[in-house]
Amino acid sequence: MKKLLGIFGLLLAVCLFAAWASESFRSGYNVENLIRRTALFGVIGIGVTFVIVTGGIDLSIGSVICLVGCGLPWLLTVQKWSLPAALLMVLVVSVGIGLMHGLLITKLRLQPFIVTLCGLMLYRGITRGFTGDQTVGFGDGYKGLRVLATGKISIPFVQGFEIPAPWVVLVIVGVLAAIFLNRTIYGRYLLALGRNEDAARYSGINTSGMIILAYVICSTLAGLGGVLFVLDVNSAQPVDFGNFYELYAIAAAVLGGCSLRGGEGSIVGVIIGTALILVLRNVVTLVTNHSNIEFAIIGTVILVGVIADELVKRYAVKRRAARALAEEADRQGGV
Amino acid sequence: MPLLEARSLTKSFPGVRALKGVSLTVERGEVLAVIGENGAGKSTLMKILAGVQTADSGEILLDGRPVALRSVHDALASGIALIHQELNLADNLDVAANIFLGREPRRFGLMDTARMQRETRQFLEAVGLDVKPDTLVSTLAIGQQQLVEIAKALSTRARVLIMDEPTSSLSAREADNLFKVIRDLRTRGVSIVYISHRLGEVKLLADRVTVLRDGENSGDLAREEISHAAMVKLMVGRDLSQFYPHAPHQAGEVALEVERLRTPAHPRHEVSFQIRAGEIVGLAGLVGAGRTEVLLSLFGVTPALGGTIRVSGREVSPASPQEAIEAGLALVPEDRKKQGVLLEMPVRENVSLASLRRDQQRGFLNHRREAELSTEMIGAMRIKTPTDRQVVQFLSGGNQQKVVLGKWLAIRPRVLFLDEPTRGIDVGAKQEIYKLMEELAGKGVAILFVSSEMEEILGMSDRVLVMHEGRLTGELQRSELSEEAVMHLATGVETSATA
Repeated sequence: MKKLLGIFGLLLAVCLFAAWASESFRSGYNVENLIRRTALFGVIGIGVTFVIVTGGIDLSIGSVICLVGCGLPWLLTVQKWSLPAALLMVLVVSVGIGLMHGLLITKLRLQPFIVTLCGLMLYRGITRGFTGDQTVGFGDGYKGLRVLATGKISIPFVQGFEIPAPWVVLVIVGVLAAIFLNRTIYGRYLLALGRNEDAARYSGINTSGMIILAYVICSTLAGLGGVLFVLDVNSAQPVDFGNFYELYAIAAAVLGGCSLRGGEGSIVGVIIGTALILVLRNVVTLVTNHSNIEFAIIGTVILVGVIADELVKRYAVKRRAARALAEEADRQGGV
Repeated sequence: MPLLEARSLTKSFPGVRALKGVSLTVERGEVLAVIGENGAGKSTLMKILAGVQTADSGEILLDGRPVALRSVHDALASGIALIHQELNLADNLDVAANIFLGREPRRFGLMDTARMQRETRQFLEAVGLDVKPDTLVSTLAIGQQQLVEIAKALSTRARVLIMDEPTSSLSAREADNLFKVIRDLRTRGVSIVYISHRLGEVKLLADRVTVLRDGENSGDLAREEISHAAMVKLMVGRDLSQFYPHAPHQAGEVALEVERLRTPAHPRHEVSFQIRAGEIVGLAGLVGAGRTEVLLSLFGVTPALGGTIRVSGREVSPASPQEAIEAGLALVPEDRKKQGVLLEMPVRENVSLASLRRDQQRGFLNHRREAELSTEMIGAMRIKTPTDRQVVQFLSGGNQQKVVLGKWLAIRPRVLFLDEPTRGIDVGAKQEIYKLMEELAGKGVAILFVSSEMEEILGMSDRVLVMHEGRLTGELQRSELSEEAVMHLATGVETSATA
């Protein structure tokens, strides 16, 4: 909880600074844009949170986004599939990828890093293959579908600002994910096995099944993200669509309180983390006019954040241990 | 004049006084055992003697002259070496490289490998380890690695060797060999300070015993005074004539029936036995006899290859712990930290973990029920914790074990398996665990426990099953129980004679 407040405070501070330093940051257009991007990246960040909670990692997210983001318009405009068939295909592929990752990791005991690294190369390569490395897009069609990503919902009595539609998607996904992780026994199982897989298994938890589920959730949300991203920009280039997005998602999850050792994760945290990264990017571009150093700034902020978190944690552990010792001493003294 | 003497050492840590004026003497060429419950100050004392920590006050004399041991380097220079419970070897290097790690002899600026190998051979001979100096440490058994540690200490010309729980991960045979080496070192004038929880070993090995309690000396025992009862009395400060709270049980219906069970570890041997409700049955044998493997197969961790298992007459074949739990089985595993508890999670979530499925509300957590359950188990198991939100890693080993017991009691098992239930926990907590076992048996739970501590097997069992190399070699009723009878079966004497 304290961690969440900390990261939220940081986000607030960066926003206040940006609003003070740059007039364009405050514009309704810019804020809408930030919220829409946060929603899109937030969806994939929530996905990877489930995997990170199990102590795993998914490096293939960007390539799944590429596969789905290019595959959907390709099926619709090149292969002339019907919309329901194409969407179903995209869903099956996303779920299938997660299932395959999960099975390889639990049944063959391969390392998540390797499995998903291969996925990273494989899915982008496949996409570049079947599209002939050509840009694919919706052209002027599918306006109704694109509303999902580009639409806006106006707020009564407020002018110059409307809620971007993807935010609604994020809220739905976020609420469901938070309920699943914190209120169901399966969420507890994920947190427990992330802490100690053996102890969880010895306690009667189907750890393999839960890990597979986590990878399926991650790939499915990556697929959903792919659909939203391509609807947002209308067309996609297989060579770099979704490139590095997994790293944004992982960084957001870590900023938001996930431990890569597993067993810790917060849905609200990952959304705040996503917003922080995107606001930082935005600020770098608007304030310095040097968008080429954005990676350096984001990298520095994440590193500092993680170091601060580690130091705070060590301090807390020390204090707690000292307190436990003191209580023990009291008890023994009392007997 | 003693070789090493510590006078009124004190040491405080934030919030606790670990040593409140402890003294100790070590004579030349003797084995001094230092015993005490967890938290009595043994480890702190040893760390001070080995230069890992420094005392707040008090003095240390070597050959009657005060010495300052400010670092491990100082201690080694004075001839005092500490062998940690967890071995500190680089297992990707060979034996010689490990022995000379950080002190490699050099020639023309390069390592003098030939000299290292030559000298290593002498040290290995001294500890009776028959391996080549260029053997990779990772290929050695744990017992052999320990001997390498001792050889390493000898190579620093140590006169006092401090050993912290040296047999905790050794098989019986390896431990025997270690004892031989220790006796041999003693005759060569090396003094051994031996820290152990295993009173049987202390009785076997020690020339003298120094007992610590709550950071103070609680007494010394000379060779002829050393007995289990005397040591326990000094450790816990009261007479424990009733150390094992064993009462005869009314055995009920057959709760667990195992027929021709074959485990993946010993696929060619079949194991059959029965346990009745309310019965406590000990499963004895040497390390590696296949006892843990039987429990793991019964509990579905490594599913059995063949045979039938019946729980209260109903046939089950657990292929996972989940299925075993549904059948009414529970296992307190051997490695508490790796398989028993979730160290970083609170007591409440540890206790409820196995019951979540039963107490769920259509997949959702039942927080109220979870809180009730943990409160109930903290009471029933007498877990000492400030609240059930306390993270388990800050509890003592004994309380952690009670958390594991509570987790299983919460599912109301018919049969409870315990694998080394009191390993690494102090005497007071051990007795608490025994009492809980008694209470559970009184409530009709059938208990099967594996233990490598003979006293525990003899003290707690209504009946003992003995295994040797994957086979059940015999069964002893309480009236037939004796150390000799168990060892006889455990070492497979009869069968090797007929085979």
